[in-house]
Amino acid sequence: MVKMMERNLDGRELLASTLVWSAVALVTATFCWLLGDIIWHALSHITWTFLTTPPRNAGREGGIGSILISTTLILGVCLGVSVPIGLGTAVLLAEFTTDDSLFGRLTRRSLDVLSGVPSIVFGLFGNAFFCKTLGLGFSILSGGLTLACMVLPILIRSTEEGFRAVPTGYRLSAAALGLSRTTTLVHLLLPAAVPGLLVGLVLGMGRAIAETAALIFTSGYVDRMPESLLDSGRALSIHIFDLSMNVPGGDANAYASALVLVVLLLAINGTASWLAEHWLRRRIVTI
Amino acid sequence: MISLGSNTSSRWQTDQLLLWLLRGVAVIAGTIVLLIVTFLAMEAFPVLRHVGITRFFTDPSWHPAEGLYNLTPMLWGTLFATVGSVLIATPLGILSAVFCHYYAPPAIARPYRRLIELLAGIPSVVYGFWGLVVLVPLIGAIRPPGPSLLAGIVILTIMILPTIALMANASLTNVPQQYVRGAAALGLSRWATIRGVVFPAAKSGLFTGVILGTGRAIGETMAILMVCGNVVQTPDSLFSPIRTLTANIALEMAYALGDHRAALFVSGLVLMAMIAALVAAADWISHGRVHG
Repeated sequence: MVKMMERNLDGRELLASTLVWSAVALVTATFCWLLGDIIWHALSHITWTFLTTPPRNAGREGGIGSILISTTLILGVCLGVSVPIGLGTAVLLAEFTTDDSLFGRLTRRSLDVLSGVPSIVFGLFGNAFFCKTLGLGFSILSGGLTLACMVLPILIRSTEEGFRAVPTGYRLSAAALGLSRTTTLVHLLLPAAVPGLLVGLVLGMGRAIAETAALIFTSGYVDRMPESLLDSGRALSIHIFDLSMNVPGGDANAYASALVLVVLLLAINGTASWLAEHWLRRRIVTI
Repeated sequence: MISLGSNTSSRWQTDQLLLWLLRGVAVIAGTIVLLIVTFLAMEAFPVLRHVGITRFFTDPSWHPAEGLYNLTPMLWGTLFATVGSVLIATPLGILSAVFCHYYAPPAIARPYRRLIELLAGIPSVVYGFWGLVVLVPLIGAIRPPGPSLLAGIVILTIMILPTIALMANASLTNVPQQYVRGAAALGLSRWATIRGVVFPAAKSGLFTGVILGTGRAIGETMAILMVCGNVVQTPDSLFSPIRTLTANIALEMAYALGDHRAALFVSGLVLMAMIAALVAAADWISHGRVHG
């Protein structure tokens, strides 16, 4: 009897182990398949000329030069707007409001909802607000501003973490020395919270660069070299989408663009987790 | 921070200035959600006024050019794709996290976690592209046409799995070590410990992960648009093409005018309502009301 129960138990253990290992094997295999397929098809296409020349013949030939410029400009607008707003909000939430104050609670709740809003809804909003109401039209500026709304929650959360990681002793000593809170913030807290800010910045950058749906109706499809921020410009992710869906024979260049995008994102996310793991921890420990 | 937090009075004028500046900035950040809802509602208002809400569910079909606005096929599309992918991704994601904590040798656990993080960082358009060139032809060979609900479910599964796995991983890390040691002292086997001790202790974190994954699946646009075929119909099998709410917006926004455009904003409002409900559910769970 006891022996039978034991065997039964062993059987269940074995089944669980098999399930866990096969789930892991499945996930790993899918990942290798996906990445392997892209690298295999794309590697021979990536040359310096591909990265620097503008697309020709709807993207079937030529490179992604102007696309990379547009992507950089959109990203620049996005970060230029979201970093000051995000930093200010994070400082207010972490340093100037208590956790149970109404204002703090409302702001946090609203940011939680904002972080869950689907990207296509950001696209609708951007189209209605920035393109139509503010009259910016389909432009890099509209696209960047829409993305800025989108990355704010990530930026704020991570920066806030940075501030919360600064020991309370700093604030108390500064207060004891009679420093104003502005001085404390600028000279003590801000430098100590830089790692958190950087992690947020890098994560936000990753989210912005990966975005497609929010940009289709805000920054548009035009693949020429943009001449100003009010020109329409095609982001890299939209380029991949357009080549694979709307351009027959665009697969080769779509593969190459996809590899460029994936490598960019892996570099960005790698930097973020490296910063979070090493610098953030060491900073906090050594200070 | 704790002791100074509520004290906003200061003898320095710069402090007052700074505080008002920060408040202004935070108000901007906090009101974006309101701004989004307001603009969606404003754009959706014309069609809601002279068509009404019920016709979005009772019209014979979705033919906006002829004034027919039935959203139900798209709602079913979103629902089937989301439920299917969540059902597959939840066990895979949670087992992945269990693997990292209790099964894998340390030399494998770290790289595997890295791999999940990498998966989380790959953009949706790349998943969609891979689905379009690899998965869709494969499914088409088994049973034409290829672009289908099944393709959508598979792609969504791969996309939300990292979210669920990373959240599960975090909540397993928070399970107190004494629980596991206590279970070991009682002579419980590994799986019995995980099922009977670890899962109940990590329950709310696991649920939150699933809810976040669900939110991501509902909102996903590009990948699903690229692999699902986008035929407006209620799917009758795994192999029939579908169109989701999000894909519908992305496809038709480019040329929609007047009431048609307004109807697309209505579907945006519907999506917002779904997300708000999910956030409320996550909030309810994380406040510890799901135990036992």
